[in-house]
Amino acid sequence: MLEAAQVSLRFGGVRALTDVSFAVRPGELFSIIGPNGAGKTSMVNCISGRYRPTEGSIRFEGRDITALKPNARAGLGIGRTFQNLALFGHMSVLDNIMVGRHHLLRHGFLTGMVYWLGGAQKEELAHRREVEDIIDFLEIQHVRKAQAGTLSYGLRKRVELARAVALKPKLILLDEPMAGMNLEEKEDMARFIVDLNEEWGMTVIMIEHDMGVVMDISHRVMVLDFGKKIAEGMPEEVMANEHVRRAYLGEADEVVTDEADAVS
Amino acid sequence: MAGIALTPSGDFRESYRDDTTIFPTKVSRAVAVGSVALLCLAPLTGDRYLLSLMIQAGYLGIAALGLNILVGFTGQISIGHAAFFGVGAFSSAFLVDKGVPVFFSIPLAGLMTTAVGMVFGLPAARLKGLYLAIATLAAQFIIEDFFARARWFTGGVAGQVTKPFSLFGFSFDTNETYFYVVLAYVVVMFLFAANLMRTRDGRALVAVRDHYLSAEMMGINLTYYRTLSFGISSFYAGIGGALYAHYLLFVSVEAFNIVFSIQFLAMIIIGGLGSVMGSMMGAVFMVLLPEVVQTAVDILSGSAIDRALGLAGAISFIREMAIGAAIVLFLIFEPDGLAHRWRQIKAYWKLYPFSH
Repeated sequence: MLEAAQVSLRFGGVRALTDVSFAVRPGELFSIIGPNGAGKTSMVNCISGRYRPTEGSIRFEGRDITALKPNARAGLGIGRTFQNLALFGHMSVLDNIMVGRHHLLRHGFLTGMVYWLGGAQKEELAHRREVEDIIDFLEIQHVRKAQAGTLSYGLRKRVELARAVALKPKLILLDEPMAGMNLEEKEDMARFIVDLNEEWGMTVIMIEHDMGVVMDISHRVMVLDFGKKIAEGMPEEVMANEHVRRAYLGEADEVVTDEADAVS
Repeated sequence: MAGIALTPSGDFRESYRDDTTIFPTKVSRAVAVGSVALLCLAPLTGDRYLLSLMIQAGYLGIAALGLNILVGFTGQISIGHAAFFGVGAFSSAFLVDKGVPVFFSIPLAGLMTTAVGMVFGLPAARLKGLYLAIATLAAQFIIEDFFARARWFTGGVAGQVTKPFSLFGFSFDTNETYFYVVLAYVVVMFLFAANLMRTRDGRALVAVRDHYLSAEMMGINLTYYRTLSFGISSFYAGIGGALYAHYLLFVSVEAFNIVFSIQFLAMIIIGGLGSVMGSMMGAVFMVLLPEVVQTAVDILSGSAIDRALGLAGAISFIREMAIGAAIVLFLIFEPDGLAHRWRQIKAYWKLYPFSH
């Protein structure tokens, strides 16, 4: 579904990514892990179009998207959430999620201004119905009219996920969906991600520091360190890998410590 | 925003349609429709001065709404709004001069201003903040200079005389009659804006303002929407300017200077950035402010303060100082503007007498 081939990204002399190649299969829940500064977010930014790789190519469903503009990728079916919250703070939660429908809506400003004529209202209401399904699914009914900027951290993360889901993406990129959450919120979030993957049929690429969650729900894991790929495979394989232990997980018997608290 | 808290008990929304109305409650809708109906009766009072103030507030309000769409909703900045207002005024006068009926020349002037606005709006797609402010400042001066030189278009320094609005042979050349023309435009333009803000492109504009990086990820083309915002803003400015032209029946080159542009910014800051109704509140405020200043000076005339400062002779300076003071005071004490204050008043009365 998504293939990255020899992707390198340089900022001046800094090598953020070096020759990273991997492929994500349809329906997969693929995690990228690695120490801070390893290039995980850079990789996701290359896929979502924030950065353009210095070398290498990225293909999505067989199409080369390396140089495609970020706003054109939503239409292809790529959605993402951000590591640092990136909601539209002054809009209501509902409007935030409706922005996610942007590329699916057809009525522009001309027909929008004459709301009742020309069908803009009909379209809005139809999409509202679908957005409400997403709101139900992520259990944020009680805040749908609240201003997004006023919500608690955990809720904002959930609204951001809702907004990305509203794009109806085939591939959803989650950049640290659980950072800064308490255990209960993490459990909820993990459940949402698994549901999105299994019931909504979305392919997921996730960056996450919480090794417990990564090992539990991922189908495959890729490990980056200093911009290089050092391992890829099933969670158990990766855990057993010598390089990974040395680079990321530290001592051999400290494998499942809560890394997120220590580093984020 | 505080939508839920302001919904009275017993107001059950049973469909998504009920939940996406412009006015939050049936009562507020009735009040709005009632106010417009009441305004229709205003000419009956026969107070021509009051009517002239309301007409001014009307066309300024339309132009201010345009600026608010650009500044308040899209988060861009423009210090050249008066120039676009002027383009609208001269375009309409120019078209009428060429034989186009005023009925058509007003919307056409809006479109012509849109075209001009788009040209100057193109850099807006790339620039932000201070740099954009300077670019629009350049637009202000370029257009002003154009007005002074392009005699074929503006009549040069002599200005342009134009005709009153007329329909089926009936001429709207008095305050009483022209009031209805402006009122109709105000209602239509404000409804357009309210509808825009609850549909796709309006949300996209706000998304660009709040977080342009994630807006881009949502499939929003930043260049397109920043330019579009400039276009819509200019359209409103053009309509406002055209209404102004056919009210005064004379358009002069000097009117559209930078001070006027700053006044438009003052209107939306005072009214409330990012609020459709706030634009009108700000325009009303700016129209009434000189009246208040005048009244204050009249009251003080002959007193010691007047003798010491010579207030009556300095009235025009005092007006500008009052505008400046109003901007500063609003920025400090009510940065969300009159619209926000209005919401708080409504919230207070909703809970009265159990507000604590």
